[in-house]
Formats: sequence, structure tokens, C-alpha cells
Amino acid sequence: MNTRTYTGLPRWLYGLAVLAALVVVLPLAAIVARVNWVDFLPLVTSESALSALGLSLRTSVASTLLCIVLGVPLALVLARGRFPLQGLLRSLVLLPLVLPPVVGGIALLYTFGRQGLLGGTLEVLGLQIAFSTTAVVLAQTFVALPFLVVSLEGAVRTGGQRYEAVAATLGAPPGVVFRRVTLPLMLPGLASGAVLSFARSLGEFGATLTFAGSLQGVTRTLPLEIYLQRETDPDAAVALSLVLVAVAVAVVALAYRRPAGRGVRQASTERATASAAPGGTVP
Amino acid sequence: MKRATGILLAAIALAAGLSGCANSSTNPAAGGTEKTLTVFAAASLKSSFTELAETYEAQHPGTKVVLNFAGSSDLATQIGQGAPADVFAAADTRNMGKVADAGLADGEPAVFATNTLAIAVPAGNFAGISSFADLAKGGTRVVVCARQVPCGAAAATIAERQGTVLKPVSEENSVTDVLGKVISGEADAGLVYVTDVRSAGDKVESVPFPEAGAAVNSYPITVLAGAQDKEAARAFLNLVTGAEGQSVLAGAGFGAGRK
Repeated sequence: MNTRTYTGLPRWLYGLAVLAALVVVLPLAAIVARVNWVDFLPLVTSESALSALGLSLRTSVASTLLCIVLGVPLALVLARGRFPLQGLLRSLVLLPLVLPPVVGGIALLYTFGRQGLLGGTLEVLGLQIAFSTTAVVLAQTFVALPFLVVSLEGAVRTGGQRYEAVAATLGAPPGVVFRRVTLPLMLPGLASGAVLSFARSLGEFGATLTFAGSLQGVTRTLPLEIYLQRETDPDAAVALSLVLVAVAVAVVALAYRRPAGRGVRQASTERATASAAPGGTVP
Repeated sequence: MKRATGILLAAIALAAGLSGCANSSTNPAAGGTEKTLTVFAAASLKSSFTELAETYEAQHPGTKVVLNFAGSSDLATQIGQGAPADVFAAADTRNMGKVADAGLADGEPAVFATNTLAIAVPAGNFAGISSFADLAKGGTRVVVCARQVPCGAAAATIAERQGTVLKPVSEENSVTDVLGKVISGEADAGLVYVTDVRSAGDKVESVPFPEAGAAVNSYPITVLAGAQDKEAARAFLNLVTGAEGQSVLAGAGFGAGRK
């Protein structure tokens, strides 16, 4: 590509773009400026902080796995399937993206809570979800699932079905086509979707607070710990915020990095698939 | 870059101008001399202060009382960061202390009400809670406030005094979160304030316990140093600490303040 491409952008647009970037960057810089560096290490390595960080990482990994297990079939069905009310289902699945998390928490409470829709059934089975780590994972999965579905569905849709069709005409049964062709082709989209789901899970706050409660080592994830520390120890809250910012930066960098080497299947002839690689399809 | 800085400054000026408009204490558009009195008050004061604000507006025509309810520590932080407020009523002395120590209070804060804890149970009291000691029964799902917030500190004080070891399933950030868990039936019992049980109506039942007297929370109120109209602010404070205010607060379940 040419390095001196004509962009056709008026200069004032750059001014506004800088302003937009500042809206995001300035508050982050303010956090960094406010950090008490002398006590930073003791603050972020306190017992409650480490317990919260550990819980956050464990639950986010669990909910990301759950998102993959549930989200991959859903994305494929939405991208490739033909059934009535498909558009409606897609809109509904995306709803957690725009819902305030506290609404998600209330919804989950009235689904899995003791008096909820499934509460009676769960009680009979001896399962108590509220106030457990399971509740945290459920809340995170609820808010993170759309991220995986959106990025994966986009990737699958843009990728097209040519290779699957060829494999099928060569005599491969659907199971083999799925395993040998569809799955490898959607891996880049799946990877970026999974990373985004993980990031969303890590930041989950409202639904967790409403649905799961807050107890050290059980349900108090890092965002909840920050919220609590803020009451008495602003320095600790700021230090822990910086930890979350750092993790978020790492995760976003991972999701949006340029793919290092494209697989054989995504060689120059298959540009559509390549454009569906990480980041390309996230709204 | 110079251009960008110019646009940035213009935008900040614009934002400041807009918010300045919204907060201005006189509003000529409304036809003359309408004044605004901004009161920052602890969330537990919502119903009583809403009522008192109406009383104040009736007694002082042309003045509009703007109420901002939130957790006391949030309000103290906002005031510390320069939020435009005339009166501050906190749910504990510690957060009032933060404001007073920063030199933002005008005069010595006055304690206008007290609050004590009560056990809230879901309507029906299925777990059969009848005393503070019952909260420690195995299998009872108890929700309390975290120690970092006033209601949690009070709960911890009482538990220690009683030698009762509470094993809560959740330690919430605010008393409203505790109450929410009780109302929804997720918790068998929660430690909240007497006034919260009162405001929740018949959705929860209250189990009073005599040991609650071991931890009494004081509510201080002050006129802020940055108040636009100190006289109006002082009039509101006098309404709260006076007979009329005390009767409204007593109706909500608060104990009397110290004069």
C-alpha cells in the first residue's frame, strides 16, 4: 500500500478526532496521575486485593469458556441457519450489550433466585445459585455472550461457505466439514470474540452486585472490591483501578493486534475471510 | 495541535457554560427571583428530606430545593471535589468529619437524628429469626453491610459485643442493597436500619433486638462554606433540627438528635 495515500479528510476533522481521543485518554491519565506510587505495591498485594483479582480471573476464564461453548453454536445458527424469527432472536441476544448491567442482575435474580423462575426447580436439585461464585459466572456470561456471538457471526458470515461446499461435494459428511473446514476457518473470529468476552467479564460489576452479592473470596470480584475500597481507602481504589486498566489494555491489545501470519486457507484469494480476522467485525 | 487545543478549550467552555446554566442559583427565565438551595443528603434520609423540602418551599416561596441523595461517602467526596452544595446531611460522623476537616463546613455540624439497626426478614419470616443470636444459626442466609460502610461497622460492633460470630453470605456496600436482598427473598435475614424497615412497608418484617442500642449512628448536618446563600441554607438546617423536622424524622423511625 502507498504510504502517501490521499485521505480526503479536512483538517478540522483531526481537531475533533483529537478531542474524541482525549475524552477517553484524559480520565485514564488522571487515574495514573492520582496513584500513590509509594504504597502501590502493598495496596495491590493486600490479601483482599489478591483474593479479588484471583476470583476475577478465575470467574472470567470460566465465563469465557461458557461463552465459547454456548456462543459458537448460536453464532453459527444465526449466521447460517434459516428459521422463523431469526432476526428477532439476533436482536434479543444482543440486548445485554445495551442493557444497564443492573437490569441484567435483576433479570438474573428473578430467573435463578430462590423465588425466581427456575428457583424452585434448582432448590429441588439442591442447587443454590445466589451468593455463590456460580452466580458471578452466570452474570458475567450474560453480559459477555453477545460479544462472542457478534464477532463470530460476522466472521462466519463474511467468510462465506465456499470451502464447506467444496468439501461437501468431495464427499465429506457434515460432521467432518464442521470439524475440518468450518471450525479452523472461524478460529480468528473466535479468538477475538473470546478475548472481548473475557475483558467484558473482567469488568462486570452491576449484574454481579445485584445478583451475586459481595463476599471476599466468593463473589467479591475486583470491580466490587474497588467499589468497596473507595468508601474508606481511595488510594487502594485507585491502585486497583490501575490494575484493571492495565489488564484491559493488555486484553484489547491482544484482541486488536494485526494477525501475524495468515493461514494457508486465508491466502490472498480469500480476502473476505482475512478481513474477518480479529477486530474487523466488532461493532 | 494549536487548533486542537482551541477546539478542546471551546468544548470545555461550552460544557461549563451549559452546566453553569443548569446550576445557576437565579433563573431569570422563570420570571424573576427564583432561588435554588442544593441539599446533599444521605440516602436513608430520602423520604423525610423530600417531605421537609416541600415544607421549606411552601414556607419560602421563590426558593426551589434541589435534593441529591447518595451514600454519605460519595457525597463527602463530591463536596471535596467542589460540587456546588449548600447543605450537607450525612449518615455518620466520619464522613461529616471528612468535610469538616477539609474546612468545607460553615460552623460546627449538629446531630439532628440517630438511627439504630434492626433485623429485616422477608414477609413470613420463613427462617424463624427471633433474636440477634438466631442470625448465627447454621444454614441461615444473612446479609449485612461491609465493615467499610457505617451500617456494617454498627453490625460488627454489636456482633462483637454479643460474642456472636456472623457468617454472612454477602457483605454489601449499602443498606439499600441489603434490604433488596431481603425483599427479593434471597436472604433469610439482613441487618438494616430501623428506618429502612419502616420504608420497605409490608414487603419485609422487622425483628427488633435490644442489643441494637450498642451501636447508635448519629446523623450530622451542616451549612457548607461554599453555600451561595448562607441565610437560606441556615433556614433549612433550622427546619430540620426544629420541632417540625424532628416530628417528620421521628415518623420515619429516626431517634431524636442532640441539641
